[in-house]
Amino acid sequence: MSNLDVSAALPQPLPEPAPAVIEQPARPAAGFAAGLGHARYVATSNPVTGFAFALFFVIALAAILGPWIAPYDPLASDTAAALQPPSAAHWFGTDQIGRDIFSRVLVATRLDLTIAICSVALVFALGGFAGVCAGFFGGWTDRVMSRVSDTIMAFPLFVLAMGIVAALGNTVTNIVIATAIVNFPLYQRIARAEANVRRDAGFVQAARLTGNSEMRILMTQILPNIMPIMAVQMSLTMGYAILNAAGLSFIGLGVKPPTPEWGIMVAEGAGFIISGEWWIALFPGLALMIAVFCFNLLGDGLRDIIDPQRRT
Amino acid sequence: MDRRAFLSSASAMLGAGVVGSGLPWAQAFAQSRQDTLLLISENGPNNLDIHGVGTNRPGYEASWNCYDRLITYGLKTLPDGSRSYDKDVIAPELAESWTVDATGVTFKLRKDATFHDGTPVTAADVKWSFDRAVSVGGFPTVQMAAGSLLKPEQFEAVDDHTFRVTFARPDALTIPDLAVIVPAVFNSALVKKNATEKDPWGLEFTKNNVAGGGAFKVAKWTPGTEVVYARNDDWKCGPLPALKRVIWRTIPSSGNRRALVERGDADVSFDLPAKDFAEMKKAGKVAVASTPISNGMWSIEMNVTKPPFDNPKVRQAIAYAVPYQKIMDAVLFGEATPLFGAASNTPDDLTWPRPTAYATDVAKAKALLAEAGFPEGFETRLSFDLGQGIVGEPLAVLLQESLAQIGIKAALDKVPGANWRGEMAKKSMPFIINFFSGWLDYPEYFFFWAYHGQNAVFNTMAYKNPALDKEVDAARAAAASGDAATYAASVKKMIAIAYDDAPRIPLFQPHLNVAMQKAIGGYAYWFHRQLDYRTLTKGA
Amino acid sequence: MLRALARRLATIAPTLVGVVIVTFLLTRVLPGDPAAYFAGPTADQASIEQIRASLGLDRPLPVQFLAYVKDLATGNLGSALSTGQPVLTELAARLPASAELTLTALLLAMAIAIPLGILAAVKEGSLIDHVCRVVTTAGVSLPVFFTGLLFVYVFYYQLGWAPAPVGRLDVFFTEPAKVTGFFTIDALIAGDLETFRAAAAQLVLPAATLALFALAPIARMTRAAMLSVLSSEFIRTARASGLRPGTVIVAYAFRNAMLPVVTTLGMVFSFLLGANVLVEKVFAWPGVGSFAVEALIQSDYAPVQGFVLAMALLYVALNLLIDLAYGLIDPRVRLES
Repeated sequence: MSNLDVSAALPQPLPEPAPAVIEQPARPAAGFAAGLGHARYVATSNPVTGFAFALFFVIALAAILGPWIAPYDPLASDTAAALQPPSAAHWFGTDQIGRDIFSRVLVATRLDLTIAICSVALVFALGGFAGVCAGFFGGWTDRVMSRVSDTIMAFPLFVLAMGIVAALGNTVTNIVIATAIVNFPLYQRIARAEANVRRDAGFVQAARLTGNSEMRILMTQILPNIMPIMAVQMSLTMGYAILNAAGLSFIGLGVKPPTPEWGIMVAEGAGFIISGEWWIALFPGLALMIAVFCFNLLGDGLRDIIDPQRRT
Repeated sequence: MDRRAFLSSASAMLGAGVVGSGLPWAQAFAQSRQDTLLLISENGPNNLDIHGVGTNRPGYEASWNCYDRLITYGLKTLPDGSRSYDKDVIAPELAESWTVDATGVTFKLRKDATFHDGTPVTAADVKWSFDRAVSVGGFPTVQMAAGSLLKPEQFEAVDDHTFRVTFARPDALTIPDLAVIVPAVFNSALVKKNATEKDPWGLEFTKNNVAGGGAFKVAKWTPGTEVVYARNDDWKCGPLPALKRVIWRTIPSSGNRRALVERGDADVSFDLPAKDFAEMKKAGKVAVASTPISNGMWSIEMNVTKPPFDNPKVRQAIAYAVPYQKIMDAVLFGEATPLFGAASNTPDDLTWPRPTAYATDVAKAKALLAEAGFPEGFETRLSFDLGQGIVGEPLAVLLQESLAQIGIKAALDKVPGANWRGEMAKKSMPFIINFFSGWLDYPEYFFFWAYHGQNAVFNTMAYKNPALDKEVDAARAAAASGDAATYAASVKKMIAIAYDDAPRIPLFQPHLNVAMQKAIGGYAYWFHRQLDYRTLTKGA
Repeated sequence: MLRALARRLATIAPTLVGVVIVTFLLTRVLPGDPAAYFAGPTADQASIEQIRASLGLDRPLPVQFLAYVKDLATGNLGSALSTGQPVLTELAARLPASAELTLTALLLAMAIAIPLGILAAVKEGSLIDHVCRVVTTAGVSLPVFFTGLLFVYVFYYQLGWAPAPVGRLDVFFTEPAKVTGFFTIDALIAGDLETFRAAAAQLVLPAATLALFALAPIARMTRAAMLSVLSSEFIRTARASGLRPGTVIVAYAFRNAMLPVVTTLGMVFSFLLGANVLVEKVFAWPGVGSFAVEALIQSDYAPVQGFVLAMALLYVALNLLIDLAYGLIDPRVRLES
């Protein structure tokens, strides 16, 4: 089975990822410098990745500066100016109670990125660690972890996320937790496979011979080496995390009103499309799409940078 | 067939679909559409029997059209030309005539009426059906009790075509309560045949099968998707309906429902959001009807057992902080009857629901809040029902914004449907936006459920005021004894007390909105807020 | 082979036990009180308690769980309170609708993504390659409910090309006699072309919405598989021996690249089956996904449990089949223990 990657859209893991080719001890500093040089090379040689990096920069800027550069208060209603189409005063139009959609879309960037980053960081920490332990130690650790993953994977992902949020209550924290849980098997399996092929690699054996404890080897030799592959995965699941939150909002389980968030704004605007007020759903929808799009392209680009041999 | 051939045939199949979809479907079936009504709404029934466990609103509609009652309400034309049921006119249905005496009422049944399977309808069937309604528990039993119909001993089949109800106590609502959906008449022999030891009233059978004799039969029911009705050609309890078939489809998305009726693919779209209604009325492509929901109002309700809402000044401050007109404009697009801004809280007539004397006045609200000891405001939680989110959510957001102006920080809490009922029953929510309407259109009925110290589930404020209870009880007694003067005085007093004390701040009386093709006639508004197919017609 | 199969089945057992426990717990911790909800608007505390007892919700959790397991063993999944029907009946009636939609979407996605993936691999690094990457990534970046609504607005409301989004069949058609449960196939079996067209027309928009989402994984898979095959020895040999490039790509490279693609299609299918929940809601499609969402919103436990259980079984069975098929096709792959 060759090394495919469909995980951009497919949170389920593939049939066992293949062993990685690189087999070397971690050299963080040198690796970083080389990576940076390679990054410049990839960004300039691959226009799509370059574009994605530029896009990411814009999104990050919006997330940081959003509240200061928004022309209106994203929460202030103005019923006299409700449901206005895009104009010079309101670039993206106004919603049912007259809030400025441009300001709301801009301000929402921070929350959406926060949800995505937190959930990915959480699943990276949990799934990554569980997977590394399973792959490195094998035995019952592996069996227990794999059964947990199997159990989670047997659920339809979106429905499981819905169930978790409905059960725990619809707050941002619970959206983050739900998104992390449904992605757990993906991270666990990738980390497991990567750790597994390295557990008896030359540099690990060498570390063992020099008297390092197993835990120390895990932390200093195995973890740093699988970081790049996990980073690619993180970028790819960021997009899924945002989509997941939007889907939850659509069925009324998302972020609470009146907080601006792209998903809930699309859901609110959905009812207005047929009656001709397309702008309410369109602009947050576009923002959502662009962000997810950017993360997906970025994931591809990162893979190119980190692991040229695995380019697909 | 190898893989490639399969793929290419699959894409050919899809191609055919796209070409086919260009056909004007509506025209191709003009013939069969002539006497068939295509109705769309957000939800479909979950049970065809009003006595069932947890029968939902659409289920009421199925029961209303497929079963007969002894009596029903008459119809009247409202000043704006639309038609509505008339709460003051009781009309015959299964009963040809009835006589009321001091201890009860005796009904003479129609002799030619039959159930759908051809069995004649007898007084024994009526007795069995009423016994069932007061015995099965849950909603039907509570609704029967609202008219003092409490136990089987009250019902007697005198002979095959004479049926008597003995009053448990004088109650003006007993006879009106016999014309609501619950006292439907069931084919007792048929249901008994399908009853089991565990289920003596045959609820499992009537859930999926109609055992009545009403104007329509259920020809096919696909739960969650559609109900197909066929006319009962042998119906004797009223003029034979013009429609031979009614197809009722569930379309969850309001945008899709609007598109379907605007493009002429559906005949009637029932219970539309105010915005769609306002715009369709303006566009004029389809006929629309809008009727204020009788005895119903949206209101802000504060639990008086939870400080600071125990302080009337706090409640009044909130009443002055509500952005009433903004809500009317942005949430309801003007399609509702305002219940604010009257000259006084003390009524000069018996109109109900009626406006309060509150209007948006932030300065006054701030002053009242300071008087109450909260010059800096306070924090609370404002809850609304997710299922009613289309009104509740923008309303809550506007209210939240206005409350912030007087220092009250209200966190919004969207409660999913199942939780809503539970939280309401537990009275655990301090501050809510809610809708309530009573089937029987009398102010004292509303007050009995929503304000009275008996603390029913709709008294979400847990409000107990002996002075108010006294007036509500007096009004009910006066209605039973026919004492019009006492009745009027008590009703006016109870409204004034409730509005001044403000545990519940009325916002507006919503309208029931319907859009239909111009060829559709005979629509009438009913207290149960569901569609009666029997009077509908479909022109060329 | 049989021993391997038994071993494989043994690994499934703990998963299924886990699924049953998790499902039960998840639905029981859902807030809200179904008893209060289904007791109706005017119910008092006493009638709520009556309903609670009739639903068995007044018993302690372990007892409820045992009752649940016992019911499962006898094939009784309970009743859906929202439609009033037994869950098993509902799922059986709705699964073909979901499966027909999902399969059509999958076929549609394959018809577009596979040629696109091949093209991208053959012309690696070219404009087509980048376009392919951008288009498929854009497809997977759209929230499906948004795409669905947009399609309805444009193709039904504005252009009038698509039929009304009223479910599986226009109202004035009758369902074809049930053979497979797939309306399009059943109509063909019945020889009713009109109904076939009507059913196919209803499928187009929701299937396209869903297919857009499945483009990316399939195209990427195809591209990757093609790339690795194209660089292998036997392709070089075929090229060197002067075969036409078209023949090399289609007859040699694609044939060999097909195996991993097909394997992963199974997973894309089950992923779509879960993801079409939102599409079903937008298009009023009477499938299992929309059914489960409605039930979840109402804290109606039985359908949620039934749905999740059915999906889990489907997923496990699908993977088992794929594993077995793989072992049969390629003897070098042994079954994992």
